[in-house]
Amino acid sequence: MNNVNSIELDQTDRTIINVLQGGFPICAHPYAQVAKDLGLEEDDLIARLQRLKECGALSRFGPMYHAERLGGGLTLAAMKVAEDDFERVNEIVNAFPEVAHNYARDHEFSMWFVLATETPQRIQETLAEIETATGIKVYDMPKSEEFFIGLRLEL
Amino acid sequence: MNPIDDIDRAIIAATQGGLPLTSSPYEEVANEIGVSGDEVMQRMQRMLENGIIRRIGAVPNHYALGFRGNGMTVWDVDDKRAQEIGRQIGQLDFVSHAYLRPRHAPEWTYNLFAMAHGRDRAEVYAKADIIRALLGEDCRSGDILFSTRILKKTGLRLVS
Repeated sequence: MNNVNSIELDQTDRTIINVLQGGFPICAHPYAQVAKDLGLEEDDLIARLQRLKECGALSRFGPMYHAERLGGGLTLAAMKVAEDDFERVNEIVNAFPEVAHNYARDHEFSMWFVLATETPQRIQETLAEIETATGIKVYDMPKSEEFFIGLRLEL
Repeated sequence: MNPIDDIDRAIIAATQGGLPLTSSPYEEVANEIGVSGDEVMQRMQRMLENGIIRRIGAVPNHYALGFRGNGMTVWDVDDKRAQEIGRQIGQLDFVSHAYLRPRHAPEWTYNLFAMAHGRDRAEVYAKADIIRALLGEDCRSGDILFSTRILKKTGLRLVS
């Protein structure tokens, strides 16, 4: 994890983060266009974005692709894993290349992971394989609806 | 299904890690894959319109920005009201994403998930109270699951 205290953001950085979560234009010189809207110089905007990425304030900048519409499968799955069994299960689950993210959470449902597969059918197969390999039930929780909001920093 | 061809795949492969931070980013992608800048822009515009690209923009790292409390708040809300409630949750500044997901009763009865962010856990609890108040009678129960460890984070690899 990044050292949180090392990230110093000024008002302009915060405005950039808030504004650029919503969208970015497709045109020959998009940074120039956004910079103009924000009252900045193009070079300044690009330099700030570079710094925000380097210091970890932004984990990505670019197009967000829709895995399912590209023909792939995507789901969130959860397991109830006992504390003394956690490392064994974690090792098995993480070894699946289809597991893109995996988080420990302080709850009876203690392991939560995102599966991304090349085809929708592979989701159910992978979940079944994880159940067999771990001996623990996997709860499939694919999203039926998404409300994207973004994070707004106080200015 | 929205069919994508080899040029689309090349664009996705070149941009899934990010857009170049240069004055003409689309032109730069175009040079990399051997097509014109206009072609890249037209194709990305089309992918944006048909939803293959959700959006183009910045993804903040909540933790790095000082939001150390990141709680997955989960709620059991009336299915008939869930859509409207999801949109209402969208008015809240401290929620980054909200989803409707299937229940697995009796063990898992929650169908609305809202990711809430705060400086610490106390702030997230306070924010969960705001969500709870907003949900009112449409909500039967709720819980907060704090992440304690990132076990794996490789990201989605869409095309190789």
